[in-house]
Amino acid sequence: MDEVIKKQLQKIAVNVRMGVLTGTFHAKSGHPGGSLSIVELLVYLYFNKMQVNAENPEDENRDRFVLSKGHTAPALYAVLAEKGFFDKSELEKLRHIGAMLQGHPCIQTTGIDMSSGSLGQGISCACGMALAGKLNQKNYHVYTVLGDGEIEEGQVWEAAMFASHYCLDNLIAIVDNNGLQIDGKITEVCSPEPIDEKFKAFGWHVILIDDAHDFDKIDKAFAEAEKITGKPVAIIQKSVKGKGVSFMENQVSWHGVAPNAEQYENAMNELKVALTELEG
Amino acid sequence: MADVKKKATRESYGEALTELAEKYPNLVVLDADLAAATKTAIFKKAYPERFFDCGIAEANMMGVAAGLAASGMIPFASTFAMFAAGRAYEIVRNSIGYPNLNVKIGATHAGISVGEDGATHQCNEDIALMRTIPNMTVIVPCDDVEAKAAVEAAIKYQGPVYMRFGRLAVPILNQAGNYKFEWGKGVTLRDGEDITIIATGLMVAEAVQASDILREQGISARVINIHTIKPIDEEIICKSARETGKIITVEEHSIIGGLGSAVAECVCQNCPVPVFRIGVNDVFGYSGPAVDLLKEFGLCSENIIATVKKVLNK
Repeated sequence: MDEVIKKQLQKIAVNVRMGVLTGTFHAKSGHPGGSLSIVELLVYLYFNKMQVNAENPEDENRDRFVLSKGHTAPALYAVLAEKGFFDKSELEKLRHIGAMLQGHPCIQTTGIDMSSGSLGQGISCACGMALAGKLNQKNYHVYTVLGDGEIEEGQVWEAAMFASHYCLDNLIAIVDNNGLQIDGKITEVCSPEPIDEKFKAFGWHVILIDDAHDFDKIDKAFAEAEKITGKPVAIIQKSVKGKGVSFMENQVSWHGVAPNAEQYENAMNELKVALTELEG
Repeated sequence: MADVKKKATRESYGEALTELAEKYPNLVVLDADLAAATKTAIFKKAYPERFFDCGIAEANMMGVAAGLAASGMIPFASTFAMFAAGRAYEIVRNSIGYPNLNVKIGATHAGISVGEDGATHQCNEDIALMRTIPNMTVIVPCDDVEAKAAVEAAIKYQGPVYMRFGRLAVPILNQAGNYKFEWGKGVTLRDGEDITIIATGLMVAEAVQASDILREQGISARVINIHTIKPIDEEIICKSARETGKIITVEEHSIIGGLGSAVAECVCQNCPVPVFRIGVNDVFGYSGPAVDLLKEFGLCSENIIATVKKVLNK
């Protein structure tokens, strides 16, 4: 990947992480852990891959995005704000009464293509969008992000079966494999492993990213995904829950808890250092 | 009513989709391995490229329908009422109702008239489930003519619609050609002053028959067909409450949460009069021939007549 572009994306990623913390801090609730693990992915999609335009959010030719793991909306909101879909000040009102930004994505929000958050449902909606693209002979792609805990939902596999049966090669599902869910490690709660073999068995082309926070590796995976025809693509990205904030990394306790004032300040200071290093 | 032509509304559903496909190019049909039973197979045969079998996976089917609707299509998601409203309830709520998407749910084999398959497939709870979902409209047509008209009305309407169809052939009451489906409007089929019978679905024909027999016995029973259970026609219900003073509701559904409840909610708040509910009395069904089952459960003109007489002390 071009080094200049990569550096830009890395800076945006730090800003997005700040947005995640700002949103959850002001909301006094929310899901920072799983939001932080998908930051590079969302930044890559919205700033380097998807054809979307904040000036024309309903463009029928646009690429679609469905955050099937909808509880990590703070990451998506921060990316959409960076992209200009709405003002960054909205992040401070996340989850407040009367706010535009709901606890989980809502289709009425500018830039959100589908309401989601009840796990397992977003991938089905993404299948419908991909099928509509085929029927209407549109060239758009549909991207959907699932949690590795989320794929314990049976509906995910109904959708996986459907997508391969109808050869939805305009559909790319990314599984955020941070290894943790509310009750603990995914392998200890009710293991969905091996994830790659399951998607392969359901007829998908599977691509692995061994470090979801490395833009070069993300770029390489999507370059491969684009070449696949005749079947849907599953990208399984190995990520770190809470990535970018030292005390949140790999801590299941940060799944659904907001930082307090002191934690927020510490986290923001860490990110400011990271940003300074990138700019230096 | 032996001389009256009969047809199952599920058949009307499959035929209507097929007849309307050319007029509405965005219409697509989904099914969950029940096309032969829901009668979407008629559509599948005529428009195979616009028909998508989702297999036995109703949850995903509802989500796919939502995604299609979010991309400008008008999907009809079809399966038995048990699975459309029951199995897929939460997907219908969160992926269709909440985002207010233009999905039409064609639910067939509703009620105990499913017959021999028994309780697992006899859904008596779907109206209750569906009408609690914000943005959802609930339609229960009474015959072939109304069912076909309702399908087109649903296409023209922007938003989610739950349509309830039956397996059993039922009398065709309305005349094709001069029937107009009015969204959210009840239809007075018989005038009357002593009492009002409000019915929906296949109970409408039974209510009409009951009223005709009662009239010969000197009892004047008004009959209103409520095909749109949500939004319900409060005006026609209140008018009847005021003019007849007593109401009996009749539905092939649990007496909890369906037409009877919807009517009672309206009456309690606006024009309190006694409301007597005929329906499935908070029990599961069981196997048997559909017509016999309906009689067993009191979903027949004989029980409507008996109830009217009891209520009127005659």
